[in-house]
Amino acid sequence: MSENNTKWFSLNLSNSKPKQQASTCGCGNTSGGCGGHQNEIRSSAIGDERHKDGFEQVFDVQMDRRTAFKKLTASLLIGAGAVTTSCSVVADEKSKEKAQIDWEEQFKGNYKLMSDEEKKATVDRLVRSYELRTNKTISMTSENAQENVLFGYAFNISKCQGYMDCVSACVEENNQDRNSEMQYIRIHEMKDGQGLKFDEADDNYYHEVPAEGHFYLGTQCFHCDNPPCVDVCPVQATWREEDGLVVIDYDWCVGCRYCMAACPYDGRRFNWSKPEVPEDEVNKNQHYLGNRMRKKGVMEKCTFCVQRSRKGQNPACVDACPTGARIFGNLLDPNSTIRWVLENKKVFRLKEDLGTEPKFWYFMD
Amino acid sequence: MRRLKVFKSLLIDSLDVITHGSRKYHLWMGFLTFVMLVGMYCYSIQLDQGLSVTGMTDRVSWGLYISNFTFLVGVAAAAVMLVMPTYVLKDIDFKQAVLIGEGLAVAALIMCLAFVVADMGGPSVLWHMIPGIGVFNFPNSMLTWDVIVLNGYLFLNISIPYYILFRHYQGKDANPKIYVPGALISVFWAVSIHLVTAFLYQGLQARPFWNNALLGPRFLASAFAAGPALIILVLAIIRNYTAFKVENKTIGKLAMIVTVAAQINLIMLVSELFKEFYAPTHHSESAYYLFFGLHGKNALLPWIWTSIPLNVLATVLLTFGKFRNNFKVLYFCCFILFVAIWIEKGFGLIVPGFIPGPYGKIAEYTPTGVEIGVTMGIWALGAFVFTILAKTAIKIETGKLRYKKKDSQ
Repeated sequence: MSENNTKWFSLNLSNSKPKQQASTCGCGNTSGGCGGHQNEIRSSAIGDERHKDGFEQVFDVQMDRRTAFKKLTASLLIGAGAVTTSCSVVADEKSKEKAQIDWEEQFKGNYKLMSDEEKKATVDRLVRSYELRTNKTISMTSENAQENVLFGYAFNISKCQGYMDCVSACVEENNQDRNSEMQYIRIHEMKDGQGLKFDEADDNYYHEVPAEGHFYLGTQCFHCDNPPCVDVCPVQATWREEDGLVVIDYDWCVGCRYCMAACPYDGRRFNWSKPEVPEDEVNKNQHYLGNRMRKKGVMEKCTFCVQRSRKGQNPACVDACPTGARIFGNLLDPNSTIRWVLENKKVFRLKEDLGTEPKFWYFMD
Repeated sequence: MRRLKVFKSLLIDSLDVITHGSRKYHLWMGFLTFVMLVGMYCYSIQLDQGLSVTGMTDRVSWGLYISNFTFLVGVAAAAVMLVMPTYVLKDIDFKQAVLIGEGLAVAALIMCLAFVVADMGGPSVLWHMIPGIGVFNFPNSMLTWDVIVLNGYLFLNISIPYYILFRHYQGKDANPKIYVPGALISVFWAVSIHLVTAFLYQGLQARPFWNNALLGPRFLASAFAAGPALIILVLAIIRNYTAFKVENKTIGKLAMIVTVAAQINLIMLVSELFKEFYAPTHHSESAYYLFFGLHGKNALLPWIWTSIPLNVLATVLLTFGKFRNNFKVLYFCCFILFVAIWIEKGFGLIVPGFIPGPYGKIAEYTPTGVEIGVTMGIWALGAFVFTILAKTAIKIETGKLRYKKKDSQ
């Protein structure tokens, strides 16, 4: 319906305002879990709409619009483009709630600087927005980094056979655009006896593996401790979290691609078109900084599956690897496997001379 | 109050000036408008479908837009070559030409900003970059420095000529105590805009082709060759088509500047080539790709091998006073020098930075029609802005446009 909307969360349903006027936000910025009361909102909202047989909803003033209007006032001075986007949404005569969510999302702040309540509010809005659009419920979290956690990764070159199961698992887990076949992980096929010759390696092979006389090495975002991509971002849309993950606020990114030029490891990807994932393939277990749906014109990258790792699980690539070549864990936990690898194997990192301090080590048996 | 009145009258008068002109003028403006419209149409396609309509990919993530941006920053910086002697060294020769130079700077800066916006994935959220409302990552990101210096330079180059023209419009002399400090600042500022733009690339350890201490100085040298070369060409056109007097001496001095800058640029080029090819390392691969091609991929060869001979030819010709003082040869040299540096500082600089990629992957870049359309549109926008500015300025400077003059007639 609203194909030409620039936002990924184009809503296809027209809904009246939620009934919960007592709540602090259109999507339910209440302290309770959003899952329960959102179902309630949806059903009643749709019922309302049918009852009214049209779109004559009342634009109800809700608390969180204070923020929105504060930002609106400011942006009116400068963001003609932004205002147009929002206005066109209103002009479409879509539901008021959709308009309000879009409006608040357009003028929300940088996630990095949000308080926990604001983080929750935007997550709730995004969940509600998805629900309005597809009638399906997703679960999205805004879990912060835990204390005493620093994530690290090790890759066993001897074990990798180039099956690329990690790549498929990554694409499915992280809802990457299927049309452009975006992949965070690249597996480089190298010739035995020549060392690490990346320029002669093939990172796009289509043949049976393991190929005779070759070995395999995977690269992805290394989550550097001193990430060059973070410094160059003009709007701080990308940053290093306390647990070492280098993340992006997709809604704050302006799409200048300076970080891409600054990354020495080919770790970043750009959404050149609107990313699309078939509805039944969408991973609905999402994190704001991780695998939630992206929009066109923003950067994205590996987050060590923040939606999994912060829950104590391994990233999808680690679990998918059939040979056990991938090891992930907490560097600050002396009993973790990753620590054992670092202490007992001869490990190395790529391009160490650049001073980026990757948290991604390679080793051999 | 009176100032507002004069300003209103100036606006109305200049509107009158820019909408009237010879048949050639109307054809020119009509042509530019047409190209701009085509550009806008192409941009609407890009907005609708995303940057996938351009030739850029994850492997080569900056292309024609950023190339033109880089080059035009240099053109804008070149206005300083006129500002410095005129306002600071009190060299009377340049006084006539300086307003043209500053108009050129304004047009170039507008093109720069347009190219940056065209390159953005999310132009609707550009407000994130506005200090106070958004988050301005200053001083960490060189891009924020660039935003500051470009907008500051734009302000200087609008305000100084505006003040002077505003005074002249009223038949008064401009007070040097007001504009000379501004001119002095803009001299330093011009150097900074180009240096900061060079640092944008120079500071990336990921791209050895750019991560090179000579990049900044070479930017300056090539800018001070290409910019004044363009100014010479523009002055030549203005001299031919308007009543505006530009003395031979002025063009001669500009030619001198172009020559010296082009010579320095050539010396630096030799130094760069020596470093890349005498003892080639892994980091020289981009240069190999640019000049000779790598593994059969050689899309940039025709460009760079057009640029280098033109550059050398122009520099050699200009070095000899006999050729330089012959205006026909001078104009020819300026033109080929401009083209050579556009190639060299455009995609001769930006594209090889990405090739080969961080892991040696060679993926080539070819701009698409949409991308070229937008680029031409922005160039037409620049020419359009400049024509308007120059036409008004010339009318005021030649005394044809004066406050209240119409009433007395």
